[in-house]
Amino acid sequence: MRTVVMRSREWAHPSPPVRREVLSAAPEEGTRSGTPEKSPPPVLFVPGYGHGAWAYAEHWLEHAASRGFPAYAMSLRGYGASGSTPRTRFADYVHDVTQVAASLPRQAVLVGHGAGALVVAQAMARYPARAGVLVSPVFGGPAAAFGQLRANPAGTLPALFGGGVRLRRSHLFSRELQGSISQGYQQRLERIPGAAARHLVRSRTPEGPVGNPPVLVVGSPDDRLVSRATLERVARDNGGAPLLFPGMGHDLMLDARWQEPIDAILDWLEKPDA
Amino acid sequence: MADDSGQDDLAPVATIWRNGEPVYDRGDTVCVIGAGGSGLAAVKNLREQRFGVDCYERETGVGGAWNWRHDRSPVYASTHLISSRPFTQFPDFPMPDDWPDYPHHSRLLAYFERYADHFGLREHIWFGTEVVRVEPAEDPAGGPPRWDVTIRGARGGAPRTMRYAAVVVANGHNWSPKLPRYDGLDDYRGTVLHAGQYKDGTQLRGKKVLVVGAGNTGCDIAVEAAQQAAKCWHSTRRGYWYAPKYALGRPVDQVNDQLLALRLPLKLRQWIFKRTMKLTVGDLTRFGLPAPDHRPYETHPIVNSQLVYYVGHGGIEPVPDVKRFDRNEVELADGHVIEPDLVIMATGYLPRFEFLAPELLAVDQEGRPRLTLQMLARTYPTLAVAGLVQPDSSIFTIVHWQTVLMARWLRLLDTAPERAMALWKTMQADGDRRFTQVKLKDSTRHWFEVSHVDYLRALEHTLHEIEAEA
Repeated sequence: MRTVVMRSREWAHPSPPVRREVLSAAPEEGTRSGTPEKSPPPVLFVPGYGHGAWAYAEHWLEHAASRGFPAYAMSLRGYGASGSTPRTRFADYVHDVTQVAASLPRQAVLVGHGAGALVVAQAMARYPARAGVLVSPVFGGPAAAFGQLRANPAGTLPALFGGGVRLRRSHLFSRELQGSISQGYQQRLERIPGAAARHLVRSRTPEGPVGNPPVLVVGSPDDRLVSRATLERVARDNGGAPLLFPGMGHDLMLDARWQEPIDAILDWLEKPDA
Repeated sequence: MADDSGQDDLAPVATIWRNGEPVYDRGDTVCVIGAGGSGLAAVKNLREQRFGVDCYERETGVGGAWNWRHDRSPVYASTHLISSRPFTQFPDFPMPDDWPDYPHHSRLLAYFERYADHFGLREHIWFGTEVVRVEPAEDPAGGPPRWDVTIRGARGGAPRTMRYAAVVVANGHNWSPKLPRYDGLDDYRGTVLHAGQYKDGTQLRGKKVLVVGAGNTGCDIAVEAAQQAAKCWHSTRRGYWYAPKYALGRPVDQVNDQLLALRLPLKLRQWIFKRTMKLTVGDLTRFGLPAPDHRPYETHPIVNSQLVYYVGHGGIEPVPDVKRFDRNEVELADGHVIEPDLVIMATGYLPRFEFLAPELLAVDQEGRPRLTLQMLARTYPTLAVAGLVQPDSSIFTIVHWQTVLMARWLRLLDTAPERAMALWKTMQADGDRRFTQVKLKDSTRHWFEVSHVDYLRALEHTLHEIEAEA
């Protein structure tokens, strides 16, 4: 890992400010233990493309709070109730995450899902997170993009011609999730701007994190967007093996058995030195 | 080295004695002097490398010079930043992006307070405690020398000496006023203030004011005097480039860094700067200001959009250097005599390290320390000075990387002392390198002027060298 000091482009062209949606859930009194320094750190959930903060507000946000973690979920610009800016760049998403992280009262744990995991990985190269969790990470690259094009041609093709990407329900959720519920989620998904999707095609391995945070990779071997090989590779780059939840779809936080992965993540955070 | 050396486990019994006084050994803990912007960055980055840290701060709050409650704070009510946000913030803790381009000093203090809370730094800071003396001590185990730091309550109390593995000095350089000597100043009947004593425009109201010095502070005060005082003279030794805060609708430093990022040659950048100045500000001599006697970038940049504007309104009368003072008068270099009631000396500050023997920082006769990379002492590998730079941009991005480098350097010295010392030798060989391409106009503080791009590139290079060794 090589430290990056010079970021002239980011200095000369700072991301335009935008209103950002941040949902929060505070732990109940009494669930906190010990002194403020030793109490659980804030956890910031970052959704992937197509999703907003709502995807975490469904289950994970409250669950994390009920286990004593001050929990926050944000929407990247252009999604959910966050404002949007013209010609959004990938760097703007990274900026959104570092802005929200730095606004929290204490050094935060960053949890990113899907392409949001790539955003979080790049944010960790700039902001010294307490820890990082990459859930079903979509790190992009030409091969992954081609796979996506084959699996979901109708949703992906328009991006080649300047349009956006639409995700398919069967890729995000397992069959265990009731049809009416997954349909409801499907309707809340937003179109992914073509430029953001195309960034993923070009994307390379993100820079290493600053401040040596521990990093956990979580995913499902049955995820139809992220291959098991990808999970293994991302975890290996961060010095570990992925934590796998077979039988689940891409959206671990919305799928039927959502509680297992979040409990595993919070257990990992509670371990000393995490 | 030890992880987490909390304050509560201070060794209760001294096992070492120095000159008949007990010395309390703090093991592998690092001492940081000052909890201003530089000190806070040092505490955070040393903690990030898992060092125990004791930080001593003579005041009762963080923020140093930027905390207007502090005795030594030079800020005045209207102080605003002269570098825009992306250059001013710590790179790993961005300022809120809905703040203005050039935040007010009170926001900078709020920012430092949030930084301290966010990273839990306050538990490592001893407030109201002053450092009296810092002396090297031989390590009996033969390791790099350690440091005996004598501290005392800022308002009295018995001194106490602690032994540390390393010392990071971050005591700031904008608190000890530099006052030029003038003939007749002692007999002068009017009021003479150093800019450090200037707090707000009410001090100027209805007065005839002479502002001496064309630094950023001098220009700010001259502009306030134009609005508040009965009369304002602004005395400068030479002509300067008064850069506006905005060019092409964007903060001027962001435009400038775009040129630097392209690695355009200095001559071309100077030409572009002149063109931009011509289009935005125009010919300064038309306003009665002296023409700049140097090329752009050769002195510390002055960023003030309002000075020329108020000169144009007649609110500020530019005058040459002060020659001498008389009982009620001030004689100028061109022979003119003016009669101000209030003289404000915006003549700058000098760095001071009264707790360190000068030879430890290899201070020369002119009072300037000779440091490797403008931050590491040449005498001992475990002594460093953070924030002793005068960049053509903000200091905090620089100080962040300086302190990251110090922390990584001390970590390398701990884990691989032989390779660390080999690197130390090559760094020493770098000599008195200046981190700027231009030949600067000489002045007592321009020796620590650096170009932020040149300097940050040098820090990045050294960080990579340390990473390669680790």
